[in-house]
Amino acid sequence: MADNSLRFTSHHIVPVKTYTLVFIALLVLLALTVLAARIEHGVLNLVVGLSIAVTKAALIVLYFMHLRYNSFVVRMVAMAGVLWLAILITITMADYLTRS
Amino acid sequence: MSTANTHVAHHYDDAEQQFDAARLGMWIFLATEVMFFGGMFTGYTTCRFMYPAAFAEGSSHMQLLAGTLNTAVLLLSSLTMALAVRSVQVNRPAVAVRLLMVTLVLGFVFLGIKGYEYATKFAEHHVPGAAFSLGEAHNPAVNPQHVELFFAFYFLLTGFHALHMLIGVTIVAIVAVQTWRGQFSSAYFTPLEITGLYWHFVDIVWVFLFPLLYLIH
Repeated sequence: MADNSLRFTSHHIVPVKTYTLVFIALLVLLALTVLAARIEHGVLNLVVGLSIAVTKAALIVLYFMHLRYNSFVVRMVAMAGVLWLAILITITMADYLTRS
Repeated sequence: MSTANTHVAHHYDDAEQQFDAARLGMWIFLATEVMFFGGMFTGYTTCRFMYPAAFAEGSSHMQLLAGTLNTAVLLLSSLTMALAVRSVQVNRPAVAVRLLMVTLVLGFVFLGIKGYEYATKFAEHHVPGAAFSLGEAHNPAVNPQHVELFFAFYFLLTGFHALHMLIGVTIVAIVAVQTWRGQFSSAYFTPLEITGLYWHFVDIVWVFLFPLLYLIH
């Protein structure tokens, strides 16, 4: 094996306890997002709702999908998906938000 | 590195490299899936920006309890899916089969609740089209046609999500049978790992759909 930097921890076994704790955290965040939505605080509602969703997605990606234990290449591909979506939404909204 | 594995194709050094290639391929596919849903999310974003009150009105007609329950069901199914993959990693395929069955059942529970919600929407004439009628609006100032636009996004987004769920339960059923037949062990479980990635991705899509559709003020 000349280069091991791109390929290790393939068969990393995550403890059951870690999976269970992640699941409990996801349920707490679900309760939090439903409760937060009941309070009226304008634009902050969207910010809070999306922040909690991003946190939940990060937990699923890092632990359930093992990205935390994966190589740099896999992480880069995962980030590319998010980055391209960010470009799409940013450029589109740069138009809509600046129309008079 | 495990070297003795009959599943290794000739262009790979070993099973480990083959596993890495399959996983990388799946992540690239999931990146294209992000873009597939991304177009619809962007459309949703622009329309919500233009008609915020109408989107809040539409959201107030969602069944919050059903949506919350469905989110919990999907999160639990992700846990059972992750534990199923782990069970094969530690060479306990019988446990994995049971966990995959639970995942499958939870997938159908989600689709059942979604179907119930759709039926309610049809009964209330909240399905976009000729028969659409908002009925009693919580906010009389909104234009019903703009609320119809919200429901169009609701059915578009949850419809494509439900389609992914149908594909997901099909694949989970297939790998459950393969696991039951003893095709996977700690030395080879690539299809199971790949199926898990797909299942968790579909879960993540719902994690974003839930606040964007059910929790608007």
